[in-house]
Amino acid sequence: MKLERTELSLIGVAVAVAILAQFSPNWLVFTLTLAISTALVVMGVVMLMRAGLVSFGQGLFYCLGGYAVGLGGRFLGITDALMLVGLGVGVTVAISMVLGLLVTRYREIFFAMLSLAFSMILYGVLVKSHDLGSTDGFGVVDWSILGYQPGTGESGTRAALLLALVIALAIALFLNRYFKSSLGLACEAIRENEVRVEYMGISRQQVLYINYVIAAAIGSVGGSMTALTAGHVDPTMAYWTISGEFVFIAILGGTGHVAAPFIAALIFTLVRTYAVELAPNAWQMILGIVLLLIILFLPKGIWSLFTRKRRTAS
Amino acid sequence: MTEILKTEGLSRYFGAVTAAEDINITITEGEIVGVIGSNGAGKTTFINMVTGYLPPSSGTIAFGGAPIKGLGPRKLMRKGLTRSFQIPQLFLELPVIDNLAIALASAEHNQFQMLRPVRTPRRLAAADNILEQMNISQYRDEMVTAMPQGARKLLDIAIAMLGNPKMLLLDEPTSGVSMEEKYTLMDTVMEAVKRRGLTVLFVEHDMEIVQRYVTRVLAFASGVVIKDGPVDEVLADKQVQELVTGKRKKQPETEGDA
Repeated sequence: MKLERTELSLIGVAVAVAILAQFSPNWLVFTLTLAISTALVVMGVVMLMRAGLVSFGQGLFYCLGGYAVGLGGRFLGITDALMLVGLGVGVTVAISMVLGLLVTRYREIFFAMLSLAFSMILYGVLVKSHDLGSTDGFGVVDWSILGYQPGTGESGTRAALLLALVIALAIALFLNRYFKSSLGLACEAIRENEVRVEYMGISRQQVLYINYVIAAAIGSVGGSMTALTAGHVDPTMAYWTISGEFVFIAILGGTGHVAAPFIAALIFTLVRTYAVELAPNAWQMILGIVLLLIILFLPKGIWSLFTRKRRTAS
Repeated sequence: MTEILKTEGLSRYFGAVTAAEDINITITEGEIVGVIGSNGAGKTTFINMVTGYLPPSSGTIAFGGAPIKGLGPRKLMRKGLTRSFQIPQLFLELPVIDNLAIALASAEHNQFQMLRPVRTPRRLAAADNILEQMNISQYRDEMVTAMPQGARKLLDIAIAMLGNPKMLLLDEPTSGVSMEEKYTLMDTVMEAVKRRGLTVLFVEHDMEIVQRYVTRVLAFASGVVIKDGPVDEVLADKQVQELVTGKRKKQPETEGDA
């Protein structure tokens, strides 16, 4: 299989980040890992947005991935990170395959509200589950990877980053091809004109369903990686404001490229970190102003800066 | 000649409003049939029912001898019955070449492989060939939004022709197109139609276009077919002139007539 220029660039960036992380402070490595995990969930939001659907409930799959890690370690005795992530994906795919049958029949605000409703149901169930720590959540087991146990602390943080990088790279490579495939482009076609799609002989229901399930699975991986990195899960992962953050980041980055969610998630995480530090009572206002500026001046997201530059150059 | 499309007692009502009533027509393979009628006469309703866009209230539709009533656009397209639209239905924010590439991928039936690019060399060559046939190659890499109306119409019709259809229904192919472009557009379309040996049914308001390109005409008025026959015969019919073409105004009744 021949690699494209974008794919080589993605691999190059991942390797560079992995090397630079070895010389970076622990807080930055931790922040970066959380940003990558968030970007994975955002990637799912972007997949849906490319098909013309905005989900305010992607937190559902984020939470499922996180809780699968937590519960898999606690009740099934699984400690291998890859198996825990796989468990999350399995559970999420099963649930999204059922939910997808219903939600992909809806569009616009109805899809948004329905997806939000399902995530809030999970939130409600978890808050009422005292055995699972209720609103406090619970801690995740010390995980290992292929027999190696990095433990907590600095080595654990760096191992989590490497794992997140490898998984994110694999997903980004997959999505880069997916976006250019018949199925990926059919999603964009559905966003543009559903009538023509049907008259082309394409089942929009089938296309949206597959897209929805893949987006959910990727969201779950993001949740699992967050749980492994933070070492803790709680019901707020399914809360609607978290889903709103994912949409925020998706708009910030734009839907034009697989790299956009990663850049946007990193910017979002850093802006939030510094905003909380510098203006603890006004950080949400700062984030709001950033989003407002992006919508006004870069309606197609930060990534459009790169495409504009390329167009000007050509 | 083999019959390709047959409707019997086809009707559509919207509450108390009759949009189409008791339409009985038979179209044979290779015919180029024009559908005329004033606004609200039932032409588009008829096209919409035949192409699965609108379910009929009653009646039957057969395509190639098999009943197709109740089938959606997707299944009808697979059977070889396809259409273009009065307002071109395209993917506006996608490049022209991708509009065709998606259609070509879909026409290949086993198209939706997740990691195979939609732009394969074979599809691109086929798309370029279509663009050339339709004389719109200059828009290949442009977004559809950059195309003029006439070019959009041609792209819409070109997409409808993909996937080896047997019959093509064109809904007002020249509406919104300038006088200068009309004949060029229709010449291009008809050339492509003849090359593929398609049966065509097209709705048209311009009687010059109808006279020039069709052999048979269905005249609609108030939801019913008032005349069906060779083009000259239909256009010369008094009722058609009165209700459709507007050439003959009904004489006002005078007191002395009573």
